[in-house]
Amino acid sequence: MSQKHTLSVLVENSPGVLARISSLFSRRGYNIDSLAVGPTENPDISRMTIVIEVEGHALEQVIAQLDKLINVISITELDPLTSVQRELLLVKVTTTPENRSQVLETVQLFRAKVVDVAQDAVTIEATGNAEKIQALLRVLEPYGIKELVQSGLVAMERGLRITEKFI
Amino acid sequence: MTGAKALVQSLERVGVDVMFGIPGGAILPAYDPIFDSKIRHILVRHEQGAGHAATGYAQATGRVGVCIATSGPGATNLVTPLADAQMDSVPIVAITGQVSSGAIGTDAFQEADIRGISMPITKHNFLVTQAKDIPRAVAEAFHIAATGRPGAVLIDIAKDALQLSAPFEFPTSVTLAGYNPVLHPAAQALRDAAALIAQSNAPVLYVGGGVMKASACKELMELAELTGAPVVTTLMALGSFPDSHPQHLGMPGMHGTVAAVTALQKSDLLITLGARFDDRVTGKLSTFAPGAKIIHADIDPAEIGKNRKVDVALLGDLKNSIIGLIPELRAAYKKSKPDLTGWWKTVNEWRVQYPLGFDEPDDGSLSPQYVIQRLGQLVGPDAIYTAGVGQHQMWSSQFINYEKPRTWLNSGGLGTMGYAVPAAMGAKVGAPDKVVWAIDGDGCFQMTNQELVTCALNDIPIKVAIINNESLGMVRQWQTLFYNQRYSNTELHSKRIPDFAKLGEAMGCVGLRAERKEDVDRIINEAMAINDRPVVVDFSVNRDAMVWPMVAAGASNDLITVARSMAPVWDSQEL
Repeated sequence: MSQKHTLSVLVENSPGVLARISSLFSRRGYNIDSLAVGPTENPDISRMTIVIEVEGHALEQVIAQLDKLINVISITELDPLTSVQRELLLVKVTTTPENRSQVLETVQLFRAKVVDVAQDAVTIEATGNAEKIQALLRVLEPYGIKELVQSGLVAMERGLRITEKFI
Repeated sequence: MTGAKALVQSLERVGVDVMFGIPGGAILPAYDPIFDSKIRHILVRHEQGAGHAATGYAQATGRVGVCIATSGPGATNLVTPLADAQMDSVPIVAITGQVSSGAIGTDAFQEADIRGISMPITKHNFLVTQAKDIPRAVAEAFHIAATGRPGAVLIDIAKDALQLSAPFEFPTSVTLAGYNPVLHPAAQALRDAAALIAQSNAPVLYVGGGVMKASACKELMELAELTGAPVVTTLMALGSFPDSHPQHLGMPGMHGTVAAVTALQKSDLLITLGARFDDRVTGKLSTFAPGAKIIHADIDPAEIGKNRKVDVALLGDLKNSIIGLIPELRAAYKKSKPDLTGWWKTVNEWRVQYPLGFDEPDDGSLSPQYVIQRLGQLVGPDAIYTAGVGQHQMWSSQFINYEKPRTWLNSGGLGTMGYAVPAAMGAKVGAPDKVVWAIDGDGCFQMTNQELVTCALNDIPIKVAIINNESLGMVRQWQTLFYNQRYSNTELHSKRIPDFAKLGEAMGCVGLRAERKEDVDRIINEAMAINDRPVVVDFSVNRDAMVWPMVAAGASNDLITVARSMAPVWDSQEL
């Protein structure tokens, strides 16, 4: 059975790294569920958080193949139970004077934020794990979603442990 | 110092003695210091030839092969040899010129994103846009190409980086945060492997090209004789273990010997050394060696478990793995050493019953297998043989005896037609004292024969045996077997068009031809006597000869066919 796995990958911050990784995934037939790239505390190193849906055996292959890329420094699989996993959502919802307060209430319930208000729409920002984001969207859907943007997942291990040490 | 000078000095520093290439606009600055360098530059006729020559050089010598080309079409012509070298884990470095850094991305004249293009077919690649970065890129490229699992590396250098100056600083050592090949296998894994071997009643050493890459042939011999187990060597490993050794069963796979294929199928333990369970060896994977436990020694962690689940993984340099395994095995044997007599009796029955062989054609035409067999017998095991891809390649793997490492060079993984002539050129440059024969098909030869001009002009006297069956023989064989003899586009009509002997002469070689059995020895001897220029021999052979044994693509190895419609009978084998 295939399931989702979250990989935290440290890579050299050099041109073409993203292309190398996406090219590897495409030519070996692995599907990327989501991908988030950003800087780390070290300017020479970036972190990618990759979510993939594969079977256990295939996961070992994905990790081994990723690790062969010279620019990939380390790969750690993050267990959802022992890590904080977050996605960012921006969603524009149609509102009328009648239902606007209901929408705002929903926003509060989900500990989301309204970041822009227009005559007949509000833009909502929410962060959370994938389930929370999906739940929020389900509730907002009846009002009419005009547009939505979602980030890839970012994740970090809980507790004192740091995911990887590097120079 | 200019980037161009820094490039050439860096190449000298890493020990390059020869490179194959063609200049052009973007790489032109580098060719000026090349003019003064002690590095021999061989001007080829097509960049693909440069790439395969670098590969042939590397395979013959064990050193890194180097090719150099300009931007755009020069670089894209290297794509096939890069993919070829990478698939066969051959260490080569390709240097390409790129348009000036300011012009990158503008669709400039002769611009091609060769870094992007070559990403999936190289171990690593570099785009260098500043002169100061050139020495480090060269040092890292050679380090990456030659260490770990070897492979192809490309350095793309913008023209302005070659023209501008920067202080020359060559790194004293190379450390890469993301590249640390594991060299020594875990002690526990060695013990586990030894224990498995000591319990096995039907082991087989399944030997791949990694043994050659790790220069572990001596160690392999010691391990093989210690175990007393049958040895099979894959297409990439021929010569790593002497064909004449009594434990050697030949090559496994689609056109392997019945004994080798069947020994793997019926084995209870595969001691896999630098091989990768390629589909041409395993046949239908789910039915491959169903009763065998697997020990897999490899330097590439991604090969472990990629195609076949393993019981014990020896991750590390193969030489270290074998050296580490031997004492553990001796210790394990002290407790119990299995008796392989029964296993050998069975294996030998297969050997006796299904030896490699061929029938002479009924029409009196020349048998291609006979030609290749005689070539091997007359030329001997000290020569280097290269082959293209197809029937002639398989017959060369079957009917020539390889006794020494690095004497059989071919394109295994990618299956690149046209490999033989340029690879032979590279091999001869790397090993000038050796006789080098390119055994080529008439189809293959027409893809890359222009490099014979390079050979003729640069004192590279290779010999070419064209096994001319006037067709794309292997494809034709499949049409015979699987497409009702509908020979769609496989007839090359190359009996006299081109006239290969004359074509050879036109390129500055000696052209010879043999069409009858009684001519074969005389013509081979004649070719062997010529050492001052390349020789092209056109062996006009029977076109209907087929490669046997055969396991059809995707079929189970249990369904090996010895000759057409003649599969071995398995009833007596219970192993």
